[in-house]
Amino acid sequence: MNPELSIKMRGLDVKVFYDSNQALHGITLSILENNVTALIGPSGCGKSTFLRCLNRMNDTIEGARVTGHVFLDEEDIYDSSLDVVELRSRVGMVFQKPNPFPKSIYENVAYGPRIHGLARSRLELDEIVEKSLLKAGLFNEIKDRLHDAGTGLSGGQQQRLCIARAIAVSPEVILMDEPCSALDPIATARIEELIDDLRKNYTIVIVTHSMQQAARVSQFTAMFHLGTLIEFGATETIFTSPKEQRTQDYITGRFG
Amino acid sequence: MSAQHIVRSFDKELDYLAKKIAEMGKHARHMVERSISAIVQDDSFLADRVIAEDIVLDEAERDIDEKAILIIALRQPMAVDLREIVGTIRMSADLERIGDMGKNIAKRVAAMTEIRQSASFYKNLEAFASLALRQLDEVLDAYAKQSLERIDAVREHDDEIDAMYTSLFRELLSYMVEYPSNITVCTHLLFCAKNIERIGDHATNIAETVHYILTGYYPLSERPKDDQTYEVGLDKKRIFQKNV
Repeated sequence: MNPELSIKMRGLDVKVFYDSNQALHGITLSILENNVTALIGPSGCGKSTFLRCLNRMNDTIEGARVTGHVFLDEEDIYDSSLDVVELRSRVGMVFQKPNPFPKSIYENVAYGPRIHGLARSRLELDEIVEKSLLKAGLFNEIKDRLHDAGTGLSGGQQQRLCIARAIAVSPEVILMDEPCSALDPIATARIEELIDDLRKNYTIVIVTHSMQQAARVSQFTAMFHLGTLIEFGATETIFTSPKEQRTQDYITGRFG
Repeated sequence: MSAQHIVRSFDKELDYLAKKIAEMGKHARHMVERSISAIVQDDSFLADRVIAEDIVLDEAERDIDEKAILIIALRQPMAVDLREIVGTIRMSADLERIGDMGKNIAKRVAAMTEIRQSASFYKNLEAFASLALRQLDEVLDAYAKQSLERIDAVREHDDEIDAMYTSLFRELLSYMVEYPSNITVCTHLLFCAKNIERIGDHATNIAETVHYILTGYYPLSERPKDDQTYEVGLDKKRIFQKNV
């Protein structure tokens, strides 16, 4: 592995229980800075559960219990002294279905910076909103209707709005949970292009059911099955000559 | 290969490619075998048939290319499947070239009719051809059985072909030196020998492709290279003494 790569996040023996049901069996996995890491595996393999551990979204699920450690830089995010709201501004999330607030496009993006006090003036806030929309590749399409409802945009535009909203609070890591599964191929291509662009400034972890998408957008791939990590490696290795039979069977469509 | 694909028709398509490669292999082998018989028996009728049959391999190669591209477009194969499909494209190109070698040998029959020699004169060429064809048989068999061990064994034999080529080269050169009236026939035979040596190289290429399909990487060590004909000179002493 390239020595210049530095570890941005690290899961150490992460176990997750939903009541008595164990969803993750001790995952140890490093997320490398300014790279896209894809989490793949069949439904129920624990990839989304692991993703949600990275910004403590599992805290919000009734009956969920997490053990082990997740480090962001050198800090354990499961430390009781940690401010979860601040954590989620550092580790943002984009969901499967675009979920803009029922507010204007502008307000959707301005909301985060405002509650985190990132702008001292209206002018600064305007600037953050414009920059975020630009980075999300949406600004030019909607610059004349910033004050129209965010929910009035097309699906692909809504998803880019959600990415702009995540970017607006200057996160370090962006988690994406099947961000393209509700989008058409063109909107998907735009998001993929965007992901490649964003990794210059952010560290990205993406859960996807599309093998081709994982192969296209990521530099590293982690294969999950039945709550365990089967294989982790450079994406090109995983998709051309994986070491593990289960990875091979899954990506070639031989599972089950 | 491991378990079946969830989509069964995918397996059928991959089986089709493998079957087609086996057929091409058989056909190419048959062409070479008969081209040598045509030379030895001075049978220009047989030679013409070999030449005419080359088109079968051209068509098979095109068929494999088209099917492989279709599978890539429609199924987006990954890992071992992708290697298998790309490997098939490469192997079919090597087999098509082997067929061409057979055709090239067969084409010389017409020119050699006038200057026919006794059958024993061609003995070593025949032996050389069987060695190269045995190499081809082994590699195709190893591919059909998906056996890495046997593939690696095939690569080891490549130097035998080179060694035999060098010795045949020397032998033909010495005939020419002794009896200049042999020059025409020996020159033709030298080209035939070169064609056979190329068949061995194509068989080795196929072995490397199969190794790649099975493992995901090409064999690391340089293949053995013992073709020393480039340093065989006309000087009589050297022809017989060099590298003895």
